[in-house]
Amino acid sequence: MFWIIQSAVSLGILWGIMSLGVYITFRVLNFADLTVDGSFTLGGAVSAVLAARGVNPLLAVLIAMVGGMMAGLTTGLLNTKLRIPGLLASILTQIALYSINLRVMGSPNIPLLRVPTIFTWLGDIGFPTRWISMGVGLVFMAGVIALMYWFFGTEIGSAIRATGDNPHMIRALGVHTDTTIILGLVMGNALVALSGGLIAQQQGYGDIGMGTGAIVIGLAAIIIGEVLFTQRNFMFRLMAVIFGSIVYRIVITLVLRFGLKSTDLKLFTAVLVALALYLPVMRSEYRQFKQRRRKINA
Amino acid sequence: MLKIKQVSKTFYLGTPNEHQALKNIDLTINTGDFVTVIGGNGAGKSTLLNLIAGVLLPDGGQIMLDDQDVTWMPEHKRAALLGRVFQDPMRGTAGDMGIDENLALAARRGKRRGLGWGIAKSEREQYREILGKLDLGLEGRLGAKVKLLSGGQRQALTLMMATLKEPRMLLLDEHTAALDPKTGARVLALTEELISRQQLTTMMITHNMRDAIKYGNRLLMLHEGRIILDIQGEDKRRLHVEDLLHMFEKASGSQLANDRMLLS
Ligand SMILES: Nc1ncnc2c1ncn2[C@@H]1O[C@H](COP(=O)(O)OP(=O)(O)O)[C@@H](O)[C@H]1O
Ligand SMILES: [Mg+2]
Repeated sequence: MFWIIQSAVSLGILWGIMSLGVYITFRVLNFADLTVDGSFTLGGAVSAVLAARGVNPLLAVLIAMVGGMMAGLTTGLLNTKLRIPGLLASILTQIALYSINLRVMGSPNIPLLRVPTIFTWLGDIGFPTRWISMGVGLVFMAGVIALMYWFFGTEIGSAIRATGDNPHMIRALGVHTDTTIILGLVMGNALVALSGGLIAQQQGYGDIGMGTGAIVIGLAAIIIGEVLFTQRNFMFRLMAVIFGSIVYRIVITLVLRFGLKSTDLKLFTAVLVALALYLPVMRSEYRQFKQRRRKINA
Repeated sequence: MLKIKQVSKTFYLGTPNEHQALKNIDLTINTGDFVTVIGGNGAGKSTLLNLIAGVLLPDGGQIMLDDQDVTWMPEHKRAALLGRVFQDPMRGTAGDMGIDENLALAARRGKRRGLGWGIAKSEREQYREILGKLDLGLEGRLGAKVKLLSGGQRQALTLMMATLKEPRMLLLDEHTAALDPKTGARVLALTEELISRQQLTTMMITHNMRDAIKYGNRLLMLHEGRIILDIQGEDKRRLHVEDLLHMFEKASGSQLANDRMLLS
């Protein structure tokens, strides 16, 4: 049982990096970005194809990030320059990426048998096998969180946060919101693709369907994190996203063990996210209900 | 300072809803002028301010700010020259960010933003001092999120933000209209104080005729997209609400049937 939970935690951390990407677009930029399903797969595809061809697996993951950036850039340009609403713009990119990902991979699945990856590297230098996934996840997670914490404290980072908060205001203060929106989408999808690239190497294959529903999983992690770990400090809010992702993975692992069919997993996740999204509303409704009853009793 | 030449603005151009909100406006405002603007709902007051600020682009004509042709300059570039406060207190500040962070964003208006800190330590001290002078009890709550503030506090903060980095021109669009009368009066007093301290060239839209008369050295009245009254100097000082109503009827050829303006 320990090892089952441990491996769920490891996966939670690796997928948590994707959730941090979703956090940038969904929470910081206030942009419902469905590019994610496509850019996650793109990251996995690029990373798997390059690793399979003998490219340095770390470099493969970095190039996967560049792919994610281009995906974010596409959605950003569709939204700001062609004035297509964000949700629609990102769906267009996501659909386009399905074809692009198939072209990148050449087939729907790229196995990484006997191919060196970041994870096999660590095994080769004697890192305890069962801790490799968690080790890699923690290193990348720490780097990403540190970078995000720094960046969103800078002038440009603050301008991106303000764009998500009140675009009118920040335009009046001299910021070109097209630029900040594009920047946020580029960064968010870079992290999503990084996560996809790592996951492909970790599981030992890249798959055309690996990103399906990724956006919902990202939202689940963010919301679970917010509900369970209410935090004001930005650093802790970022860590809460990772915790949310870990909790999500553990829940998934448990319900699968208790007999949920793996094909029903997406339905389960959707219901979970719907409930989690409803929770803040439910809380305030409950508060109002209590108040009304108090008045009636008085 | 500000020169507007033959500027018109038509909404929904080329559709059945085509509507000309401003008609051939000619207007020159001198450095240091404090101009109040009144007019009924839909007269075109906000449209005029939005054209100056670059939120909207005109059909044609020319807008010069400080001998710089800004007619087609995008809003975010023009922002370097302009301080703005809006009618909606929510619109001028970022609610999920701190009071200090909002001020820091405003301090960088018109500057290139890079990878330096969004807010430096030394700035916080400076902001605490500025807020202390406001006497709204905000200096002790520098890190508090702006969404926790009242409408009046938010408008006062937006005013501070608009003038923190001295603008070439200050644009106020009914910035006290959403506040209760007492708070509105306080914010107006603060407005006047900031304007006179920095000698700011200002355009202030108001729905209150008394305020339009009381404040500033020049008064414009808009009606159906035209400037129908332009009173300044001694004439403005001697102005009464009754005079304004008379002048309006003569100039527009119609009764001023705007309760909001009459009652306030
Ligand atoms: N963005 C817009 N799109 C379409 N019509 C507009 C827009 N802004 C203003 N108008 C119209 O232009 C006219 C002038 O509006 P506005 O300048 O807001 O008036 P005021 O501020 O004097 O009340 C009104 O008829 C209004 O409906
Ligand atoms: Mg208006």
